[in-house]
Amino acid sequence: MTTPGKAGSVEFHPERGYRCSPRVALRPEPFGALAYDFGTRKLSFLKTPTLVEVVRGLEDQPDVHTALDAAGVPADQRAAYLRALAGLAEAGTIEPR
Amino acid sequence: MTDVLPGRAVTGARAAGATPKPRKLVDHFKEGLTSPICLTWELTYACNLSCVHCLSSSGRRDPRELSTAECKAVLDELERMQVFYVNIGGGEPTVRPDFWELVEYAVAHHVGVKFSTNGVKLTPERARWLAGTDYVDVQISLDGATAEVNDAVRGPGSYDTAMRAMRNLADAGFTGFKLSVVMTRQNIGQLDQFAEIADTYGAQLRITRLRPSGRGADVWDELHPTIEQQRGLYDWLLAHGEQVLTGDSFFHLNALGSAPLPGLNLCGAGRVVCLIDPVGDVYACPFAIHQEFLAGNVRGEGGFARVWAESELFTRLRGPQTGGACTSCSAYDSCQGGCMAAKFFTGLPLDGPDPECVKGHGEQALRAVVAAPRSDVDHSRRGRRAAVPVEISFGPPAGSPERARPDRACDTSPLAGLR
Repeated sequence: MTTPGKAGSVEFHPERGYRCSPRVALRPEPFGALAYDFGTRKLSFLKTPTLVEVVRGLEDQPDVHTALDAAGVPADQRAAYLRALAGLAEAGTIEPR
Repeated sequence: MTDVLPGRAVTGARAAGATPKPRKLVDHFKEGLTSPICLTWELTYACNLSCVHCLSSSGRRDPRELSTAECKAVLDELERMQVFYVNIGGGEPTVRPDFWELVEYAVAHHVGVKFSTNGVKLTPERARWLAGTDYVDVQISLDGATAEVNDAVRGPGSYDTAMRAMRNLADAGFTGFKLSVVMTRQNIGQLDQFAEIADTYGAQLRITRLRPSGRGADVWDELHPTIEQQRGLYDWLLAHGEQVLTGDSFFHLNALGSAPLPGLNLCGAGRVVCLIDPVGDVYACPFAIHQEFLAGNVRGEGGFARVWAESELFTRLRGPQTGGACTSCSAYDSCQGGCMAAKFFTGLPLDGPDPECVKGHGEQALRAVVAAPRSDVDHSRRGRRAAVPVEISFGPPAGSPERARPDRACDTSPLAGLR
């Protein structure tokens, strides 16, 4: 799980600290949340409430792995969550801090 | 012209999801969201043009239009609801004297703005102001890649106005604004030319479907693309779809093939989309200005938020829908029965085929239609023919409403019908 996830051109390093971009607003929705990037004017969807919790919690945790633990992501779903986060990093929704 | 779904916002939305997916996102959308994703707000019915296909039958200002203070109160509410941006249209929104003030107010309150305009007020100075303002996007309407085709629908001089506006935006360094085209029988063959125009000005092409809404009902028979043209459009979209915005408006074409067009591909009316009209009435979608699709008014108690969350109409639209006569069709899963407004204003049942059903079921159903509903919301300027009819001839074109449709009940003048 320490291999940097790679999505497109932006590398994702889950062993580092991240945060939800200050340009991004999250709106709670029944499925999770809608993420709107005021900088790129792009909308994305965080498709589970747990993913929303992870994204919101990134800022308070030393690294992404700890944020996944804190949100209670089960072991068998971690890979999927890391992929989703790599996608969010690629889109600029989350960024290294 | 106004929008249904925002271009990039939905067609380009990336679904950043994790594996545990109890339900598909689109199923959540069908049940409605906490706030709209795509809100169209028509600020005025006043317009300097009289496009023959105007979906809101605009022309004259309505004396009951929301005041500046009321508009700002709506924007406050949208900020609270986290509606991240609005598509502002009309009428021609820029003819409102407080238009720029409202745009500034919106962006200062974290509500981004994309406004549709025919370009009439986009002077070089204004274009520079826009280029320097964050969270504002502009959409220029043009319905022909040549003046001849455009002006026949939008009126004399409107092609030049739009081109000048795009030149001003480009000169001001405003890139990525939208060039918005309603697809008609006359301009659908110009798709590549539209793409070239967009490239020339550093704009992005956006094409949407002609709806039989507003005055569009009058010209739909003559202007809507033929079945062959629809097929050509589908192929063109499959080839260029990622570069071109569609407002998700062609999902009925998905029945043509196995490759779905990019986008959400569902009717968002009352679920993720709605319209606020100039007098504050809230309709299920911009193409559905009719009593039947009126959910409430922002001036009512609880404002827009309550209409969105609690209106009886929206609750119904978010409930289970039946495919009706379409359920047995093999294509239903991909086309979802098409566009509610297109069906309604052509007199077809809402649980039946779309009038432009690519399987031909719509055409068949249309033959049985005796009368189509008309909206009584009409701000068309009286006493003058809208734009030049597409086919120049004496008298109203064959099959035009002047012949086929009765006058509106409120037109009691003995001269009614001699527009």
